[in-house]
Amino acid sequence: MAFLENLINGISLGSIYAVIALGYTLVYGIAKMLNFAHGDVIMVGGYVVFNAIVKANLNPWVSVALAVVACTVLGITIEKVAYKPLRKASSLSVLITAIGVSYFLQNMALLVFGEKPVTFTSVIDIPKISLFDGKVVIKGETTAAIIASILIVIGLSLFVNHTQKGRAMLAVSEDKDAAQLMGINVNSTISLTFAIGSGLAAIAGVLLCSSYPILSNTTGAMPGIKAFVAAVLGGIGSIPGAMIGGITIGVIEILGRAYISPQLADAIVFAVLILVLMVKPTGILGKKINEKV
Amino acid sequence: MAMLEIKDLCVNYGVIKALKGITFEVNEGEVIALIGANGAGKTTTLHTITGLLSAKSGSIILDGKDITKTAAHKIVKMGIAHVPEGRRIFQNLTVLDNIRLGAFTRKDKDSIAQDIEKVYKLFPRLEERKTQIAGTLSGGEQQMLAMGRALMSKPRIVVMDEPSMGLSPILVSEIFNIIESIRKQGTTVLLVEQNAKKALSISDRAYVLETGKIVLSGKASDLINDESVKKAYLGE
Repeated sequence: MAFLENLINGISLGSIYAVIALGYTLVYGIAKMLNFAHGDVIMVGGYVVFNAIVKANLNPWVSVALAVVACTVLGITIEKVAYKPLRKASSLSVLITAIGVSYFLQNMALLVFGEKPVTFTSVIDIPKISLFDGKVVIKGETTAAIIASILIVIGLSLFVNHTQKGRAMLAVSEDKDAAQLMGINVNSTISLTFAIGSGLAAIAGVLLCSSYPILSNTTGAMPGIKAFVAAVLGGIGSIPGAMIGGITIGVIEILGRAYISPQLADAIVFAVLILVLMVKPTGILGKKINEKV
Repeated sequence: MAMLEIKDLCVNYGVIKALKGITFEVNEGEVIALIGANGAGKTTTLHTITGLLSAKSGSIILDGKDITKTAAHKIVKMGIAHVPEGRRIFQNLTVLDNIRLGAFTRKDKDSIAQDIEKVYKLFPRLEERKTQIAGTLSGGEQQMLAMGRALMSKPRIVVMDEPSMGLSPILVSEIFNIIESIRKQGTTVLLVEQNAKKALSISDRAYVLETGKIVLSGKASDLINDESVKKAYLGE
C-alpha cells in the first residue's frame, strides 16, 4: 500500500516536472535554444503568489492568475532583452546567456524577496482522497498536480495542432525561412512560445510550492534541471514526450527516495537520463533533428 | 509601369558581393527566366525580393511601392509567393497542413477551401496523399507541394527557384507544363533555372546573370538562338 502511495506521489511530482518540461520543450522546438532560466521563472511565480496571498491578502485564484500574467510578461521580456539580439549568434553564446539570466533572476529574487526562505501556504483546497480504509491517502495537492498537467497537455496539444497560431509554431520549429515565406512572423511566434512556456512555469511554481512549501531564491533551480532532464528523456521538442519524461523522472525520484536512498535519489534520476541517452540519443519520443548547415 | 522593378540591386554575403547592381523588370502576365551558372546570384536575387536577404543598396518596387526593406512575412500578403530552392516543405506536417499554411495570411475561409480544390485539380497526386506526412513524398511530389503551397496565398507573382532540380526528365516536363498552366491562370512567374533550355522555351523574356551582374537580356526566343547563350548555357 505504501508502494501505491509512493507511486501516486511520484506521478504527481512528475506531473509538475512535465508542466515545467513543456516550457523547455516548446522553446527548444521553436527557438532551438535551451532556456536555462526557465526554472527560475517558476520561483518568481511562487513568490508572486506568496506575496499576493500573504502580503496583499488577495484571493488564491486571483493570486495564481496574477503569477501567470507576471511570469508571461517576464518570459517575453527575457526573450526580447537577452535572447533576441542573439538570434544569429552561436548556440554556445545563447546557452551562456541563458545561464547568466538564470543567475540574474536568482539574485534579483534575493534582493527583492529577501534571503530568508518563506513557507508557502498551499492554494489548493481539493479534499484528501482516502483509499483502502485510509491505508492510502492522496493529498489534494497531489490530485491537483496530476489533473492540472493532464489538462495542460491536452490543451496545449489542441492549440498547437488545431489553431492557426499553433500551426505557425510548428512551421517555425521546422524551417524559419520557409515559415516567413508563408507570411508567418517568426519573432512574434517565438515571443508567443516564451509567453506560453513562462505562463506554464507560473502554474508549475504554484503546484510545486503547494506540495513542497519551502520557497527560496533557488527553489526553481533543481526542479528546472530535472524538468530539463525530463524533456530530454521524453524527446525534446515533443509535447507528449515532456509528459512521459516528466512522469518517468518523478516516479523514479520518489521510488528511489523511498526504496533505495534519499541521498541518492537525484543521482539515480540523472543516471537514468545517461542510460536512456546511450540507448536512444533522441529520447523516448524524439525525432531525429536535421541540423542545418 | 512594370509590376515588379528591380533597380540597381546590390547584395553582400559578408565580404562577398553576390549582386553587383542588377536592374530588371517583370510585367504582369509574363514568365521571366533568370538563367546563369551556379553562384551567379540567381537565388540571392529571389531571396532579396521576398525579404529573406536584405539589400545593401538599390531598390525593389512592387506596383510602384518600394518593398526593399519590407519584412519577409509581409511580402507574401503583398502578392509575391516564393517556391524556394530545395522545396523547403514542412517535412513533419501533412500534405494538407502544408497547403493550409500556404494560405496563412488569408482570412477568407470559404474561398480557401475552394482554392485547396483548385490546387488538387492542378496536382491530383497531392489530393491522393493529403493525409500523408510531407517528408514521405517523392521529390517530384514535394516540388508539386511547394508549388501548390505557394499558390494558396493567391499570389500575383510567383518566384520559383530551380523547380526542376533533381527530378527525372518526365517530371521536369510535367513541372514545366504546370508552370505554363499557372501562367494561363493569370499569375506572373519569375523563374530561376539551371535547365536554361526548358526555362527559355516557356518564358517571354529572360535575363542572363554572371557573377552578380546581368550580362544579357532579351526575348527568350532570341536568347535561345543566341550563340553565346547556346555555348555557355544550352550545351550546344
